[in-house]
Amino acid sequence: MWLWFYKLASPPYAYAVAAKLRPWLLWSAVILMAIAAYGGLVMAPMDYQQKDAFRIIYVHVPTATLSLTVYIVLAVSAGIGLIWRIKLAHAVAAACAPIGAWFTVLALATGSIWGKPMWGTWWEWDPRLTSELIQLFLYLGYMALRSSFDDTQRADRASAILAIVGVVNVPVVKYSVVWWNSLHQGPSISLTRESTITGSMLWPLLLMLLAFMLYFAAVLCDRIRAEILKRERNASWLNAAVETTAARA
Amino acid sequence: MAEFFNMGGYAGYVWSCYGLTLAVLLGNLWFARRDLASQVLRATRRSQTSGTAGDAS
Repeated sequence: MWLWFYKLASPPYAYAVAAKLRPWLLWSAVILMAIAAYGGLVMAPMDYQQKDAFRIIYVHVPTATLSLTVYIVLAVSAGIGLIWRIKLAHAVAAACAPIGAWFTVLALATGSIWGKPMWGTWWEWDPRLTSELIQLFLYLGYMALRSSFDDTQRADRASAILAIVGVVNVPVVKYSVVWWNSLHQGPSISLTRESTITGSMLWPLLLMLLAFMLYFAAVLCDRIRAEILKRERNASWLNAAVETTAARA
Repeated sequence: MAEFFNMGGYAGYVWSCYGLTLAVLLGNLWFARRDLASQVLRATRRSQTSGTAGDAS
């Protein structure tokens, strides 16, 4: 097990693994998304309060969840890179940022579109909405900080510290609807209690969540490979790896 | 069918959310691919111009 981790942390091996995994991740994500969208848009019954507008949940909740999950992956990778000085971990962290930022934009945008008919406003300075906006700024700040260094190693270390400090915002976003009296509704799914959403509405949501995670992993594969290429400028293994990719592309 | 697309009067809100999400998902995929392709191209050029070891810059 540990041996496998050491092997995976080596850039040539990770580069090859990412290339192999990507199509499997992507196509399973596409298939599951199609099934979940059918389940959510066609099969799930109408909500008694929100009518058909509740169907926005199937894109809003997965993107919002991923906006936090991706950040945790980013911060943990950055932490591993900082503590054990693993180059690949920093590459993973850097690769996460743009994907997570886009998920955050989507969560804010779909939430805003959902808020208009339900709350009567596109935007409110509410704890959940405000903390999610801060989440977007964290991603943007992380990327801006990285690009302000010419030296990759210094960029890795400085941005890793920002990423780790920024983790405090994740529980704030997650529990904002519980801690404060928020306009945003509370959680409907829970790991510890029974979910307050009926089965026919729930399964497309959980399936969509899984599909989004697979999609994230697929995009991450491409981004990690690009990051590895940026970093391993002088490695001789690159020539062989690049030639096989070029031949396939 | 028309009823399905109408989404009980919420068509504009529901479909714009799904459309936006689809667009960003495809965009993300495309940006990542383009970034990877340009890095592959640069690495290939490096390896061609300077033999096996790539340039030091």
